[in-house]
Amino acid sequence: MPRLPAPPLPKALMPRPKRPGEAQDVGAFPPAEAGITVVDWIDERTSLSPGIRWMLFRKVPKGINWAYTLGSATLFAFLAQAVTGVFLAMYYRPDAAGGAYESIRYITDDAFLGQFVRGMHKWGASVMIILIFLHMARVFFYGAYKYPRELTWIIGVVLLILTLVMGFTGYLLPFDQRAYWATIVGVNINGTGPFVGPFLSDFLRAGPEFGATTLSRFYAIHMLLVPGAIGALIGAHLYLVSKLGITAPPWLKAEPEPELLEHSEV
Amino acid sequence: MPGTFEGETVNRRRFMNLVTNGAGGVAAVAITLPVLGFAAGPIFSRVPFEWQTIGMPADFPKSTYQTRVVEIVQGIGEAGKTTAYVRARDPSIDTEPEDQYNQFVALSSRCMHLGCPVRFVAAAERFICPCHGGVYDFRGMVAGGPPVRPLDRFYTRLKDGYVQIGPRYSVNSELRRFSPRDPGEPLDGVGQYLYPARFSTSQIPQS
Repeated sequence: MPRLPAPPLPKALMPRPKRPGEAQDVGAFPPAEAGITVVDWIDERTSLSPGIRWMLFRKVPKGINWAYTLGSATLFAFLAQAVTGVFLAMYYRPDAAGGAYESIRYITDDAFLGQFVRGMHKWGASVMIILIFLHMARVFFYGAYKYPRELTWIIGVVLLILTLVMGFTGYLLPFDQRAYWATIVGVNINGTGPFVGPFLSDFLRAGPEFGATTLSRFYAIHMLLVPGAIGALIGAHLYLVSKLGITAPPWLKAEPEPELLEHSEV
Repeated sequence: MPGTFEGETVNRRRFMNLVTNGAGGVAAVAITLPVLGFAAGPIFSRVPFEWQTIGMPADFPKSTYQTRVVEIVQGIGEAGKTTAYVRARDPSIDTEPEDQYNQFVALSSRCMHLGCPVRFVAAAERFICPCHGGVYDFRGMVAGGPPVRPLDRFYTRLKDGYVQIGPRYSVNSELRRFSPRDPGEPLDGVGQYLYPARFSTSQIPQS
């Protein structure tokens, strides 16, 4: 079976040369290589590994620091929200007549590890917003939004807005007093937009008043519509990051190649 | 793209391209449009409203407000209820034209800033909002803070000796009636055009 070139392995993972006297032949199909064989089998049929290698083993400029990990941290926060959200949906009931509040009470007070999972989702939401703004500040102050990375920035801003939509729609779901009144106020803020505002409010509430389907509407937006859009846009964002490479910190001066320098300057 | 014959504009390849893309487009639209209409439907459907009996005329003095809980959305329990502050019309202070629907003044407790519930403080004769400090006077006119128009009102009527309460309506600073607007939408000047009436507005029930 033809093998694709191996990725650059760290030294600790490199196969060690055989010691003198060690058994040379371990059989035609040693079990230790079974994992590699499975990966090879998939890779031969999908050719995924060049793409993965292109994504993961790319060159980065000198002088990068921990601030460059804020984007990955935001991605991790999103994945954590997705995973905990999926499992919270197993217990949550979007019922405005009292079932929603009761199901949240059940998750928090009775379900095994429910308080922990709900806590991760609740506090993780704030963490994600904070990380997004830190990531955005890093990109802004390093000037990393400039040519040719404008589209990455624009997609990032759309992701920020979608994340705020997640915060707005998710805030209603516990359906306690704070959730209810915050949603009333939030929908009315949307309504103050001239011309479209009143109809936007009706769309969000599914009617002229906060009604029976407002909660299920917010729930569908929160768990289906916006996460899908965020996932797709994160894909585009990461593709562009990988395609264009990342910027060096602005305090590093470009070092020209020695052969490009004029001899008179040396 | 030249065709096989002289003057031919659509050849086989181009025709198949057109048909395939067209069929795909029709299929996409056939799914997307109904779904979007389904989601946006409530904007266009008129919500019915029934008169609700809230007491006898003698229950409502002129000098202070009585609170009544009105159900504005059926079937969702507490979340569908709102509070109305009701008193009898007092011709010495209520200067708006009198008709069959305002023999009793019923103010909505919804603050016209962003929709928090206001509370009537009898000692001050003011309605005060807990959220952002909106203040209204005894007639529900803005006395201070961020609200953009006076408190909304409900239609009221006398029917068989009982006071009944109907749908909500909005007023501008001269207490002219408008179809119900959401909080935060001023109705003075160009406000009524910037924030047009909605299709979902309830009509006054005739029965």
